[in-house]
Amino acid sequence: MGRYLIRRILYMLVVILVVSFITFSLMHAVPGGPFDKEKKLPAEIIANLEKRYHLDQPLWKQYLSYLNDVFVPQFASEGPKGLVVDDDFLINIKITNSFWIRWMNFGPTFTSRSRSVNDIFRQNLPISVQLGLMALMIAIVIGVPLGIISALKQNTVWDYLGMSVAIFGVSVPVIVLGPLMIWIFGVTLKWLPPTGWGSKPPYFLGVFPTNLSWDYWRTAIMPSVALGLGSSAILARLTRASLLQVIREDYIRTARAKGVKERMVITRHALKNSLIPVVTILGPMMAGLVTGTFVTELTFGIPGMGKYFVTSITNRDYPVIMGTILLYAVFLVIANLLVDIMYAYLDPRIRYD
Amino acid sequence: MAELLNVRGLETQFRTREGLVHAVNGVDFSLKEGETLGIVGESGCGKSVTVMSMLRLIPSPPGKVVAGQAFYQGKDLLKMSDEEIRHIRGSQISMIFQDPMTSFNPVLTIGRQVAEPLEIHQGMNRKQAYERVTEMLELVGIPKAKDRLGDYPHQFSGGMRQRVMIAMSLVCNPSILIADEPTTALDVTIQAQIIELAKELRDKLGMAMIWITHDLGVIAGLADRMAVMYGGLIIETAPVKSLYATPSHPYTLGLINSLPRLDMDQYHRLESIDGLPPILMEKPVSCPFAPRCTFVRERCLQENPPLLESAPDHYTACWVDPATGRDRS
Repeated sequence: MGRYLIRRILYMLVVILVVSFITFSLMHAVPGGPFDKEKKLPAEIIANLEKRYHLDQPLWKQYLSYLNDVFVPQFASEGPKGLVVDDDFLINIKITNSFWIRWMNFGPTFTSRSRSVNDIFRQNLPISVQLGLMALMIAIVIGVPLGIISALKQNTVWDYLGMSVAIFGVSVPVIVLGPLMIWIFGVTLKWLPPTGWGSKPPYFLGVFPTNLSWDYWRTAIMPSVALGLGSSAILARLTRASLLQVIREDYIRTARAKGVKERMVITRHALKNSLIPVVTILGPMMAGLVTGTFVTELTFGIPGMGKYFVTSITNRDYPVIMGTILLYAVFLVIANLLVDIMYAYLDPRIRYD
Repeated sequence: MAELLNVRGLETQFRTREGLVHAVNGVDFSLKEGETLGIVGESGCGKSVTVMSMLRLIPSPPGKVVAGQAFYQGKDLLKMSDEEIRHIRGSQISMIFQDPMTSFNPVLTIGRQVAEPLEIHQGMNRKQAYERVTEMLELVGIPKAKDRLGDYPHQFSGGMRQRVMIAMSLVCNPSILIADEPTTALDVTIQAQIIELAKELRDKLGMAMIWITHDLGVIAGLADRMAVMYGGLIIETAPVKSLYATPSHPYTLGLINSLPRLDMDQYHRLESIDGLPPILMEKPVSCPFAPRCTFVRERCLQENPPLLESAPDHYTACWVDPATGRDRS
């Protein structure tokens, strides 16, 4: 297992490098640049700006220096110095007072002089991660039991009810559901705040909120449900299909022939087998949810990461494009690794060595 | 010997998209203590459905036992509560299945699966159960049984898995073991081993057996009594010697003639039975075998023959005696 993990992590690095290369090439292949405005800037100013952000250098040099900034740990004699954009590292490890290891400088953003990509990761990403994790929890907590009930009560009212909810969840997008919820619960009933997010930095482990008051949960309920419902529907349908297949297997008949209680037939013999395909989809689902969801965050006025995925591309904000895509790739490969580890736990036929 | 099981007029139907399938159409048989009953017949003749109906293991829907009784120790298995029948399954009547590859849960260890009946029916804890499981696995010939309790089904070969399956079915000392084509999915050499093992265990433990197969050769050395099924009916039942020596239903005769024999000369052609097995969309009113029968009479197409004693303890459902070619009186 240890050797397998090391091998997988090495593969992950390769994947990330390839993703960075493709992203870098594609974004520079797209016409236009970060300083193209409706009103054209004078050529001298553009030249100055490009020089400041090293965009005047050959592309291969830009790419290599980006890799160097992000991937290669730097050794420095002092730590972070407050508000800096050019020399801002995400990870700063203090060895002694005058010896620091500093890692992951994702660079400045072209749209804001005083913010770096790392600032986005520090301030906006945690909110997206919190929202995404809650949505994922809701998806699992609603979706899996709904699928199980539908499968066990196949072709009864419960099944039709459960699957109707699932169809509803799949076919009603957040852009419809979100405003509807805001209007009902936020504006008309005034139960929940219609927009906003209740946590602020500093974050525990850079991600989790430190103040878990009711005010925080109040803001989280609606967006998490709106975002999680679609995924819960996918999970419900998958769980149902998978469980229906499993309860027709020979070993379920064997279990019944042994006199196993019907409840135990499901919990002990069917469930673990039927969750294997469900776990497969959980990896990419998690990566998609926690890195920020444009529509949900926009609808509920949540200052998450989602908008940067979209605006960075239209703005040709190269460091932000690279940063968000790499972040997504990292989440995806880590989620897939977790899924593979879960597999080994669920299915003894799968062993890694 | 006392009668252990008595099945009367068992009828099972399946609701399918194409319509109602009459899988079992009134089956009667009985089983004495320690007796081995072989049930033979081709695929789809209702052998498995008969025994599964008895234990109420038919998935419902689409299946349904619509008529009949199955008395086990004076109680009707078909009328018991779900809880009562559950306590009989695996402890007093247990079953082994055709495919040892798919009949084990792939994600649970062999130890846990074999121990399960003990935990359910005898309230043993894991440790006690594992001791008994080890004993049982040794009995069925699993080498180093104790070390293999933590192994998963995929770590066993097909033959070994069928041995484990047998151990699992016998772990509670049942009075009846039902084997549903347990050797069909195995190599011929392994088949012989499994049958030998079953015989040995039956003699040692003294349980009654119902052995379902489509292979007349397999069953000859094992069964005391035979029942031949066709179209959801038992068409002939007799002690094993009598059935092989004087088959008195044209279908049984056809089955026996289609078997190769060591004393045949090499140019002897095996006989086959023309036609296809019946599609059971309607409950047979005539003899279900009539369309394929070489002895067919007018009467066969109008009236389904009942199972009647054609020789002492030898019951046949046929209007014709194939030995003489004349009508039975």
